[in-house]
Amino acid sequence: MTTAIATEKERYVEAFERLAASRAEHEPGKITELRRSAIARFEDLGFPTTRLEEWRFTNVAPIAKAAFDLSPSANGVKAGELADFRYDGTCELVLINGRFSPELSNLEGLPDGVVVSGLEAAWSSHPEKIEPHLGFATFGEHSFVALNTALHRDGAFLFIPRGVVVEQPINIIHLGRTDGKPFACFPRLLIVAEESSQSTVVEQYGSIGDGNYFTCPVTEVVVGANATVDHYKLQRESISAFHVATFQLLQHRDSNFSSHSISWGGGLVRNDVNAVLDGEGAEATLNGLYMVEGTQLVDNHMRVEHAQPNCDSHELFKGILEDRSRAVFNGRIYVHRGAQKTDAKQTNRNLLLSKNAVANSNPQLEIFADDVKCTHGSTVGQLDELGIFYLRSRGIGEEAARSLLTYAFAADIVERIKVPSVRQDLEEFLFRRLPKGDVVRQAV
Amino acid sequence: MSLLHVKNLHVRVEETEILKGVDLEVNMGEVHAIMGPNGSGKSTLAQVLAGREEYEVTEGQVLYKGQDLLELPPEDRAREGLFMAFQYPVEIPGVSNVYFLKAALNAIRKHREQEEMDAMEFLSYVREKMKVVKMEETLLQRPVNEGFSGGEKKRNEIFHMAVLDPVLGILDETDSGLDIDALKIVAEGVNSLRSEKRSFVVITHYQRLLNYIVPNHVHVLVDGKIVRSGGKELAEELEDKGYVWLEDKLEMPVGV
Ligand SMILES: Nc1ncnc2c1ncn2[C@@H]1O[C@H](COP(=O)(O)OP(=O)(O)OP(=O)(O)O)[C@@H](O)[C@H]1O
Ligand SMILES: [Mg+2]
Repeated sequence: MTTAIATEKERYVEAFERLAASRAEHEPGKITELRRSAIARFEDLGFPTTRLEEWRFTNVAPIAKAAFDLSPSANGVKAGELADFRYDGTCELVLINGRFSPELSNLEGLPDGVVVSGLEAAWSSHPEKIEPHLGFATFGEHSFVALNTALHRDGAFLFIPRGVVVEQPINIIHLGRTDGKPFACFPRLLIVAEESSQSTVVEQYGSIGDGNYFTCPVTEVVVGANATVDHYKLQRESISAFHVATFQLLQHRDSNFSSHSISWGGGLVRNDVNAVLDGEGAEATLNGLYMVEGTQLVDNHMRVEHAQPNCDSHELFKGILEDRSRAVFNGRIYVHRGAQKTDAKQTNRNLLLSKNAVANSNPQLEIFADDVKCTHGSTVGQLDELGIFYLRSRGIGEEAARSLLTYAFAADIVERIKVPSVRQDLEEFLFRRLPKGDVVRQAV
Repeated sequence: MSLLHVKNLHVRVEETEILKGVDLEVNMGEVHAIMGPNGSGKSTLAQVLAGREEYEVTEGQVLYKGQDLLELPPEDRAREGLFMAFQYPVEIPGVSNVYFLKAALNAIRKHREQEEMDAMEFLSYVREKMKVVKMEETLLQRPVNEGFSGGEKKRNEIFHMAVLDPVLGILDETDSGLDIDALKIVAEGVNSLRSEKRSFVVITHYQRLLNYIVPNHVHVLVDGKIVRSGGKELAEELEDKGYVWLEDKLEMPVGV
């Protein structure tokens, strides 16, 4: 099979050479170099197999084997098709198949100095702001980060200058649509929040139609000293889409970053989140909710690195699994020598609604400082039968009782979403998804 | 026709027979007290009547309004007017007490082909019912029973009962663990709901409750069987002599 894998790799390497010419003219030489070393690294690594510890439960062979078109066009999506992804009171940056769409975007009303732009365009307008930051997501051991680094064409660039408070959430809508031909796209997102700034970013991945395609984003976020960033990721792509994403976070001193990663779409979804708390007093909240059914697989690989003393990290991931779906949660906490007074908490809870669903939860603590507080807990369980009986004994039907308890399980995360329109969107999704959702709507 | 007629009910849980032939007949408007020592099967009886599936009925019959109760799922029993107040009310994190009750009441009303209540109607209806058990407003918004004190949980059960307006209320040790003030509130709540169109089965450990809720009939359940039935004076006799008095009698050979 090695030869097969080799040809699979070749497709990407060839595309790299072919596409080199069409890349942003204004891209600095440093980035061109980075791309070259990334594709070389990918050539060495190839696609991961389940023999690798980090990919033990997630088989990406269907991605490796697929003959994706590697230079899809931003095909003619109409404004009306965005309705499901829009939120009141947000500004919108729209990406179609990895490419920025200025016509569909609405970037009005932002404070002076704030940049919300397509990445390719931003290389012309703000190269000096991008260059110091782009590319800190390491690809040495990660084939998909290598691929994105080598092959990304466009994406988004957000820059919040020092001291600026951006009231309206910035809604990044990435939509995939095939014209019958499966494709792969590699959106690259860079968010730079300068000292004492404050902003809210929504990162959405959705589909128009039920396209079979592969999204492989890399999002890099730099949170400057004393800055606050609230981030939401909504993974709601079609059930036949593949999604392998890396989120790379760098936090400076006294910064506050929170993220809620909500995943219900995609057939195979992998999220790598790598957070580095690299300044004293930094605080990171990384929460998530995944809801899978059918044969969906969702894999959240978290790595939280405490590099400096007095930082807090909190992770709460909850999952609801139906049918034959599978979920993987891998939570690594790495505390450097000298990162004293670290307070790191990690929780993963899985609710299995079917006997055939499987959840793998794997906490990994690596602690090299002695004065720290690190806790982790993971559970895999079913609905409480006594609770169901209690609800039924009050006249609530069995299906509705199950749905109500399922909703309550998720509510813990839903309630933490601070952007009302995003929260309502998720609530509505749950009411639609859960049987007898109308009863649930009434009861919560 | 009686409202509830339990005939020779045998119930098993995990291979052990717990109810060994219970007979009980409750007419409309009556209050029956069931007393009995720990582990005699009082809660088992209550839970079987409410429809708990873990309990297996091996023999006997239960008629409710003349129909076979045991074939109905728990929610249909509730919709037909049966309410059971749990000895140990269940905490339901994430589900608000008041919204849940609204959904429950509307499920029941729908079943009875009554109009569902909207939010405004429901709110004023609930305000009325809160007075019955002197419920605090704050307990409405909190998740069902979560973090409630023992007394608050019991009061919440009576509050649910008042809102859902059952025909038959089964109270499983709603008095246990309550101080005298809380006990009076619960008893007054029940008394205010007493009417010719409603019956109660009050399960208790302690005769004290029956000073406040005066029953028409008292039954004593020992080791899965009703060993004695009588008027309210039976409760007083029990209080004086203890269950041992009855247990001893049981052991006596017939004819002695
Ligand atoms: N789910 C169960 N599994 C196994 N045994 C059970 C179960 N429920 C009850 N039992 C047993 O059945 C017997 C009767 O229990 P039950 O709770 O009905 O008694 P009770 O009269 O209500 O007691 P108490 O006064 O303590 O409330 C006890 O011996 C109890 O241990
Ligand atoms: Mg009991």
